Amino acid sequence: MSQDNLRIKTFVDHGPEHGDEPSHKTEGTVKMSTRNLSFYYGKNQVLFDNNLDVAANRVTAIIGPSGCGKSTHIRVYNRIFELYREQKVTGEVLLDGENVLGDDVDVLRLRKRIGMIFQKPSPFPMSIFDNVAYGVRLQYRLSGSEMTERVMRALKRAALWDEVKDKLKSPGTALSGGQQQRLCIARSIALEPEVLLMDEPCSAIDPVGTAKIEELIESLKKRFTIVLVTHNMQQAARVSDYTAFFYQGHIVEFGRTNQIFTNPAKKQTEDYITGRFG
Amino acid sequence: MVTALAAVSAAIGIFFFGWILYVVLQKGARALTPAFFLELPAPPGVPGGGVANAIVGTLVITLGASILGVPIGMLVGVFLAEFGRHSRLAGVIRFSSNVLMGTPSIIVGMFVYATVVVRTGHFSGYAGAIALAVIMLPIIARTTEDMLHLVPHTLRESALALGAPYWKMTLGVVFRAARAGLVTGVILAVARVSGETAPLLFTALNSPNWGFPNEPMANLTVTVFNFAMSPYEDWQQMAWGASFMITVGVLIVTIISRFAMRQKAHRR
Amino acid sequence: MFETSSIPSGTLKKSGARSISGDMVFRLLTRIASAILVLIVAGILVELLRASWMSLEKFGPGFLVSRDWNPVTQEFGALSSIYGTVISTLIAMILAVPVSLMLALFLVELAHPVVSKIVGGAIELLAAIPSIIYGMWGLFVFAPYMADHLQPALQGAAGGLPLFQGPPMGIGILTAGIILALMVLPFITAVMRDVFQMAPAVSKEAAFGLGSTTVEVARSVTVPYGMQGLIGACFLGLGRAIGETMAVTFVIGNNRSLSWSLFDAGNSIASTLANEFSEASEPMYLSALMELGLVLFGITMVIQIIAQFWLKRMARQTGRR
Repeated sequence: MSQDNLRIKTFVDHGPEHGDEPSHKTEGTVKMSTRNLSFYYGKNQVLFDNNLDVAANRVTAIIGPSGCGKSTHIRVYNRIFELYREQKVTGEVLLDGENVLGDDVDVLRLRKRIGMIFQKPSPFPMSIFDNVAYGVRLQYRLSGSEMTERVMRALKRAALWDEVKDKLKSPGTALSGGQQQRLCIARSIALEPEVLLMDEPCSAIDPVGTAKIEELIESLKKRFTIVLVTHNMQQAARVSDYTAFFYQGHIVEFGRTNQIFTNPAKKQTEDYITGRFG
Repeated sequence: MVTALAAVSAAIGIFFFGWILYVVLQKGARALTPAFFLELPAPPGVPGGGVANAIVGTLVITLGASILGVPIGMLVGVFLAEFGRHSRLAGVIRFSSNVLMGTPSIIVGMFVYATVVVRTGHFSGYAGAIALAVIMLPIIARTTEDMLHLVPHTLRESALALGAPYWKMTLGVVFRAARAGLVTGVILAVARVSGETAPLLFTALNSPNWGFPNEPMANLTVTVFNFAMSPYEDWQQMAWGASFMITVGVLIVTIISRFAMRQKAHRR
Repeated sequence: MFETSSIPSGTLKKSGARSISGDMVFRLLTRIASAILVLIVAGILVELLRASWMSLEKFGPGFLVSRDWNPVTQEFGALSSIYGTVISTLIAMILAVPVSLMLALFLVELAHPVVSKIVGGAIELLAAIPSIIYGMWGLFVFAPYMADHLQPALQGAAGGLPLFQGPPMGIGILTAGIILALMVLPFITAVMRDVFQMAPAVSKEAAFGLGSTTVEVARSVTVPYGMQGLIGACFLGLGRAIGETMAVTFVIGNNRSLSWSLFDAGNSIASTLANEFSEASEPMYLSALMELGLVLFGITMVIQIIAQFWLKRMARQTGRR
């Protein structure tokens, strides 16, 4: 199959001239959206004209075989890809209607509003308390008690408080893998971001830890807009409200999760979720 | 056959190490009297006397070299590991660093003589410190680059994703993660230059007095050279004492820092 | 499908006050530091050229092949220094390279891990001993030993050779070479050890699987695999030996003769600099010494470039940076 056949219009195209997707029109607000997003590693194009809307206070899952560009896609949202010189992007990513890729955007402010959780838990080499306080200290000057309050709140929201409340001074690296990942979530939400990007957050975590994190995602969506990249389709089906299926850098299909999993519109999507490839 | 040869080679290495260490400890220990640590050098034939000024001078010169060389070297390492990486500029810097690392220390001494001593018109302790700092520079830069490379990328990305500016991420997170290796590397570099003689011959020179950093300044290594080359037995004895100080100091620091590094590596 | 949220835009824009950021300052500092490093290397070359200009003009290329070294008549040539440097370094390499190779093999392949750790530690400490200590030990302990035992033994065994003529004084080019060998041994060993450790475990296991012994594996897999790295290691050691100053100055004898006998006292570039630099009062004398330094710097630079070339080639082959 040629590349062009794969370039299927995403089903969320909107705007005045595309008023033809009636089923999801009144579904709340769009928090983020990408417009014709393309991405290049050097001369190698890995994302092709991605158009995607992310609903506020919902979990949007991005699924697809490995190497399909799903991580790359969300790494544009907070511009973390800019760490690497050879990576280039075209198109737009809108946060509340504002293009985050603009030259005059303050990346530090952007990242304060969009948190990110990575594949491998990455606690900083400091105490549990300081891990959570790190991001807050970058942004605010808080008194000791205010900071303690804030750290406690973040740890509680990340469902980690009960496990670490007696050892806040011990190093974050001493925790188990699942706990470390929740610590990273606490660290991120302590900043009160609006969007939380999760890049396969459970891929390095055991099943028990995974269950806890999935539970956590469910509770976090009340406050945050969540984009979850996962290679685990059951996980996407369990926790997400919307699902985008990526294949070779294209968004093949996007829709409500239950629809994607029960009645996909595209053959490729069906093949993937029924396990025929990937 | 090969195994036997290899074992013999190992034995040769150990044997000479033991021989040198034994000689220095045995001959040096005899020179260590209270006066050795507390007094200025005495003229030949006069009993007593010490190398107190040289001990202080070595400490001062090494400290000065560290203050100059460590931050600059670390910044170069940061450039290579964080900003430059594969750029052409980084290639030029790495090349220069390797050349400087391979440059004989006596050449560095001549360079500092030509640039500092000739221009200021006199030998000085700080010229010696500059020479040692130049020798330290590529070692610190290399260590810093290597240690920063060991820090996983996710750690950097995590800090940046929290809205940390690059410099705060580097100093607050990456340096902290690489702390053990960096400290060890710096200590080893300091220990190495503290035993250098050749770069001080035409910079700090030597002095029978206490000396300020803007004058010729006494130091242990040049003292060993001057006293050992003298025909006087009591001065040669002093040279052994000073050798003892240098060897024991350098070896202890080296052993402790290597041991610390291994401990740290085990815990990881 | 969704309505765009109504939060006012413009909240991502940079505020004017941030125009000079900490990052720009930090980046600039690292660049300045890097520039200092590059400038120092360039500065060494320029300063040495400038300071030796007088000598370069007067003696020209003949400086390299002239045996003269006379501060009174102001005639200078580098031949005896170059000769002493080359010969002492040659002795050092002939002695140190095979021993280092064996030692590195011993540490990586043959020895029990505990033994390897202890021996490796001792070798590392051998590298940490300052060169002036080698000088002290060489002058006061090793040279007399040479004179009493080793040199007579050599003369007894091969006295007919021109290499071993003259009275056994202890100090001289041979002694300098042996001590240099000892000093570069740990450096060459360390690099060779790294090279051997890089040899892929897979091909080693394959060879073991075919029933090879450890030694055969070393000969057929480990050594050929790391050949480029081993060559690099030798050049690194060579660079160190050529520029080594204090230990050589103590034992080489500081004589300007040019003789076949390794027992004779000689001088090296570095030892001449160490001995005469502070005495040189006339501009031409100083300039000639600076030119000696220039020659030494040039040699070590070339050696360093060759060493890096081989080490990089091996690194590229093994897929490491």
